Amino acid sequence: MPDRPAIWNFLLGRLSLSSLPLDNMIVIWTFVGVALGGAVVLGAITYYRQWGYLWNEWFTSVDHKKLGVMYMVLGTVMLLRGFADALLMRSQQAVAFGSNMGYLPPHHYDQIFSAHGAIMIFFVAMPYIAGFMNFVMPLQIGARDVAFPFLNNFSFWLTVSGVVLFMTSLFVGDFSHAGWLGMPPVSELRQSPGPGVDYYIWGLQLSGLGTLLTGINFVVTVLKMRAPGMTLMKMPMFTWTTLCTSGLIVVTFPILTATLFLLSLDRYIGTHFFTTGFGGNVMMYVNLIWVWGHPEVYILILPMFGLYSEIVPTFSGKRLFGYSSMVYATASIMLLSYLVWLHHFFTMGSGADVNSFFALTTMMISIPTGVKIFNWLFTMYRGRVHFTVPMLWTMGFLITFPIGGMTGVMLAVAPADFLLHNSLFLVAHFHNVIIGGVVFGVFAGINYWFPKAFGFKLDEFWGKLSFWFWQIGFWVAFSPLYVLGLMGVTRRLSHFTDPSLQIWFIIAAFGAFLILLGILSFVMQIYVSIRRRDELAVGNDPWGARTLEWSTSSPPPPYNFAFIPRVHDRDAWTDMKKHGYQRPLEGFNDIHMPKNSGAGVLLAALGTIFGFAMVWYIWWLAAVSFVALIACAIAHTFNYDRDTHISAQEVARFEQHTGNWEPKAQGATA
Amino acid sequence: MNTIAVNTAHSEPRDFLCLEETHPHNGTLLGFWLYLMSDCFIFAALFACNAVLGTSYAGGPSAHDLFDLPGLALNTALLLVSSVTFGFAMLEMARQRKRAMLGWLAVSGLLAACFVGLEIHEFMTMIAAGAGPGRSAFLSSFFTLVGTHGLHVTVGVIWLVVLMVQLGKHGFTEANRRRLMCLSMFWHFLDLVWVGVFSYVYLVGVLR
Repeated sequence: MPDRPAIWNFLLGRLSLSSLPLDNMIVIWTFVGVALGGAVVLGAITYYRQWGYLWNEWFTSVDHKKLGVMYMVLGTVMLLRGFADALLMRSQQAVAFGSNMGYLPPHHYDQIFSAHGAIMIFFVAMPYIAGFMNFVMPLQIGARDVAFPFLNNFSFWLTVSGVVLFMTSLFVGDFSHAGWLGMPPVSELRQSPGPGVDYYIWGLQLSGLGTLLTGINFVVTVLKMRAPGMTLMKMPMFTWTTLCTSGLIVVTFPILTATLFLLSLDRYIGTHFFTTGFGGNVMMYVNLIWVWGHPEVYILILPMFGLYSEIVPTFSGKRLFGYSSMVYATASIMLLSYLVWLHHFFTMGSGADVNSFFALTTMMISIPTGVKIFNWLFTMYRGRVHFTVPMLWTMGFLITFPIGGMTGVMLAVAPADFLLHNSLFLVAHFHNVIIGGVVFGVFAGINYWFPKAFGFKLDEFWGKLSFWFWQIGFWVAFSPLYVLGLMGVTRRLSHFTDPSLQIWFIIAAFGAFLILLGILSFVMQIYVSIRRRDELAVGNDPWGARTLEWSTSSPPPPYNFAFIPRVHDRDAWTDMKKHGYQRPLEGFNDIHMPKNSGAGVLLAALGTIFGFAMVWYIWWLAAVSFVALIACAIAHTFNYDRDTHISAQEVARFEQHTGNWEPKAQGATA
Repeated sequence: MNTIAVNTAHSEPRDFLCLEETHPHNGTLLGFWLYLMSDCFIFAALFACNAVLGTSYAGGPSAHDLFDLPGLALNTALLLVSSVTFGFAMLEMARQRKRAMLGWLAVSGLLAACFVGLEIHEFMTMIAAGAGPGRSAFLSSFFTLVGTHGLHVTVGVIWLVVLMVQLGKHGFTEANRRRLMCLSMFWHFLDLVWVGVFSYVYLVGVLR
């Protein structure tokens, strides 16, 4: 506690002026930039009087499509943050050799790699996949919304709570320097007395709860709300992967919650779960966190597999090859992902038999994954492949991802792992699969579904530029890390002594610069497309796609479908087109829809305040916000009036305006 | 191209739309089941900790020194009986008898409150004897697992009170029946977890 009158310690806990990182010029300039940028955005919203619109149409919305779009925006903003961290690390490592210590002191560098990893997984990849699942899945199964629309809104705002705490740590206090998984004993109170690890814990607890609720919501949605006729084996692949990923979320995120809860008990009330004394067991944490952590990477990749399975058939003009094997491959990846966690620490010393078991299960995962790769290739084989931007990303994935998968199999060989453990080879491997699999998938998906969400396509030129910068930049940035890792260079170092290594780090930094150009091209692509939206406007089915989301308007009406579709075939929309389906223009019914609610924003805001108070030991505020949180949650259950309806006249007005699925602007389609 | 032509030739008109208004199944009970299963994983992690750390006494008291099995038998009986009385409440709901149902709910809530009270007493006694959660890893895992269960029961009691108010106000509406069904599942789930805690943490604990 700071040395000052007791009343201040009561009111502010351990927060004081010295908590602000005023001695760090990089942080100060970042703060100035963020503050100015934030002021401009907030000022513009106020000046154009958009607060009411944002609140009524977006923040309180329970519409899965709007929540999906908000998740995508959140992911993109945090991608910029996480990538800024990456650039700092790459440039530090490129210069910090011999007598040159670089510009980042070790304490700061450690926070940067911790924040980079945690942000990229929790607040870039997770929002992106939640965004896709939100926007696409209910449309694909012919539903009007998810099973629990309010919960969906609440989940989103809990994710934002986590983001707010993470971003606050940049300017108030510091962030964890214990790696993206907060490994003890470094993350214990004795080794990390500052607020950094607490920011990490509470940020992840809030957003983790949101993710768990999303998982439950989507499993129920897929199982209960499919259109009549859509049996499980007629579901689109993306819906299948959404189901499997959501199932994985339900069985793994509680483990993360429990593990972080135990760590926080160690830090707050002095228990001895993961301490080095009093019988605590550090490896207990490592086991538990990876029991969550390994399925987590499949939570990220499975929806992307589903997304590629939509894109490849669409742009090959063929049905997906081997649908059933795709389903079984997805399901077996889901099951196997739970049986491999120990391969993250073969060096624990659990013995040859245990290591062999986990090495074998790990290698077995490459079999269903290989099935998938061949299915996509066979779908393209003798198809009429259109080299659109989504397809380019997909083909980039088909080349890049298997290489990352193969280095993964190398790491799964336990004896080899004793050499490669914690080396840059590992860093190169997981970037290879996460960038090559998840990030490429995100861009493929954004380019693919953007016209559905907004009614106009994204600009092709900037899209292709972005693809090529990313694709080439990725290999320039990460091939040197494979080389360095094989030479034995370990990860998370802020300074090197051997000058012969420097050239590799300089090449890697140049690769990161190319990726920067890729990201800037993407931002430019969005900007240019919005400017040219009238030229780029397209109809409801610009790609000649095969699943139900393309049968409704672009953008879809709030109720998605005026009439719930009846499904007869796996590619339901292709089937409808083949049989000359015409969208009806009359005979509509009133449609029941859930009401918007501000309760999610309120509850998540109270959760954020609670988290902040806990980080800074402001006990009175923690107690007040916690009681308020419970009270508001209870008060919310007294509101029984949660439905509204859209009248048949309103539906008719909408349908007759945008009614036909024929493209609005002829010639804009391929 | 050929396949499309063939298919079109064989096609007959199909109904692609549900022309009357459709009502999807309510998924609340399934969703609540999933929540319970996820909660089960939280307890699984805590049980695993107890299994690994259960003999890490760090020179402090062991399970054999600390646990009062007769007191525990009373505690267990309270919780299990509350599950039975909750079952009676559900039967009264099926018979649409509001007063009887509220009565049985109140009895269940009181029994659970006594359970929590006894548990707090047990914790206080142990802490006063110098066997608090910070004494050893064994005690950390004991307090956390048993305390997490107790916290769940407390939440259950608060939920019960709120739901009794709502049932009193609005009666057996569809929403209220569904909520009571969820609480009932939650209640029995906590009983099951307690059976695990009692058998593993306490009984196995004093033996090892």
